[in-house]
Amino acid sequence: MNPPKKVLYFDNAATTPLHPKVLEHMMPYLTEQYGNPSGVYSFAREVRKGIEHAREQVAEAIFARPGEIFFTSSGTEANNWVLKGVVETLQHKGGHIITTAIEHHAITHVSSALSKQGVEITYLPVDNEGFVSPSDLIAAIRPDTILISIMWANNEIGTIQPIPELSAIAKSRGVLFHTDAVQAVGHIPVNVENLPIDFLTMSAHKFSGPKGVGALYIRKGTKVNSILFGGAQEKNRRAGTENVAGIIGMGAALNLAVANLKEEQEKVTMLRDYLIERIETTIPKVALNGPRAENTRLPGNVNFSFDYIEGESLLLLLDMQGCCASSGSACSSASLEPSHVLLSLGISHEKAHGSIRFSLGRENTREEIDQLMEILPKQVKQLRAMSPLAEEAETSKAEYEL
Amino acid sequence: MEYNDMVMDHFSNPRNVGTIEDASGVGTVGNAQCGDIMKVYLKIEGDVVQDAKFKTFGCGAAVATSSMATELIIGKTIKEALQITNKTVLDALGGLPSAKVHCSCLAEEALHAALWDYAQKNDIIIEGIKIPVETH
Ligand SMILES: Cc1ncc(COP(=O)(O)O)c(C=O)c1O
Ligand SMILES: [Zn+2]
Repeated sequence: MNPPKKVLYFDNAATTPLHPKVLEHMMPYLTEQYGNPSGVYSFAREVRKGIEHAREQVAEAIFARPGEIFFTSSGTEANNWVLKGVVETLQHKGGHIITTAIEHHAITHVSSALSKQGVEITYLPVDNEGFVSPSDLIAAIRPDTILISIMWANNEIGTIQPIPELSAIAKSRGVLFHTDAVQAVGHIPVNVENLPIDFLTMSAHKFSGPKGVGALYIRKGTKVNSILFGGAQEKNRRAGTENVAGIIGMGAALNLAVANLKEEQEKVTMLRDYLIERIETTIPKVALNGPRAENTRLPGNVNFSFDYIEGESLLLLLDMQGCCASSGSACSSASLEPSHVLLSLGISHEKAHGSIRFSLGRENTREEIDQLMEILPKQVKQLRAMSPLAEEAETSKAEYEL
Repeated sequence: MEYNDMVMDHFSNPRNVGTIEDASGVGTVGNAQCGDIMKVYLKIEGDVVQDAKFKTFGCGAAVATSSMATELIIGKTIKEALQITNKTVLDALGGLPSAKVHCSCLAEEALHAALWDYAQKNDIIIEGIKIPVETH
């Protein structure tokens, strides 16, 4: 096998590289500390201690109490738990859930499965930058509304929702409030202490932790049925022998992330703004998707639609130069539908198919962005040269000018 | 999902990209809704396709099948050209990932649409041609 060539990694919203210090913390639990944390002997109690320490680290990072943190196998599982669990717990109250049009599939596919079982779902629309309007939320609440689930920050376009305002509305109407904060935690300040949030989802691999481990914050006293049954782990609320090394890694990674949050946030935001500026000044006919105002966009998120070209083909060209990014084009999906998030902004199918997301992380550098900008404009040009849409636009422009 | 080397070669070095000024027939199929648009230009002399060019907005599979389809049609008689199907192009490319097979259908449709345009312009009837569906 050839040694892996140096990649330009701009897909940190998909996943992040494991922090070497995090791996160090995990290693003992993958080797000598193999005891089952449920064991009564001291060899196992050591492992249990490790898990409880990680729980404290996760709790501290979001200003919660350790007893409010429940480890899961992923952000996806945490989201499933809240939606399915609350539907069961509150079935006497009703069967109406409010969420948004731009949630991750780990929410939308759960809610569409629930709607097949008779649960009614309202998908709040978003404006052209991806923001939910508080007045739309107020208008959507009904006497039988049992849950409001609104993501803290969007994975595709980076929009950060006004969570304080939205959660306050839920509270004032006596409705449980959940937020999928998978893209927010470890990247921007998240504090549940003074916010009326009942449930909050996290995922370790989005902040330099390991894959396959997540957590659900459940505010003390909030009832929600379990979805996994078996052993008595996680205070009898989430069965299954713990992913010990994963949990240790999640705690360590989040601890590191919040310790350096301000500097990392500033650094990544500067890189983001640099890349946005470089693309806008060097490539014609591009449109930034998502918000621009300060503190309303995730630090690492850059999402552009490139007129006349299709996202997958640009990804392939980028990949040939060792550059990793992602696209809202869904030519490879059976549905043929481009990203529901981009379409919800009201942009055309064509522009949605032509979107590319570069998501920057703590390891990226300005030099890497310069390297990207040496190849990207050429590739866009190359694809436009073979695009019938570019040709059409040229012709109609020529006709217009005649 | 992974493309084979032949597909990647046709994607990264597509053959016959461009337009033909005095084309005998032009066909455009697909739409931005589904994500792939293909435009084929044919130069037909006598009964033979002398030249073919294309422009495609689409994924790797769409570009590669456009490239291969134009390669296959050049030099063919109209009758032979009509034998080129989605499957012919797929086989010539050594296959596509299953999720991508639908993208290759456009190539066959685009060839037919260009031949249809040629027939219309010249007021001739081509046996066995599929009338293009208006999608654009
Ligand atoms: C907003 C959001 N929610 C949920 C998930 C799913 O998390 P996990 O990969 O841990 O299942 C992701 C990851 O892509 C995400 O971006
Ligand atoms: Zn396609």
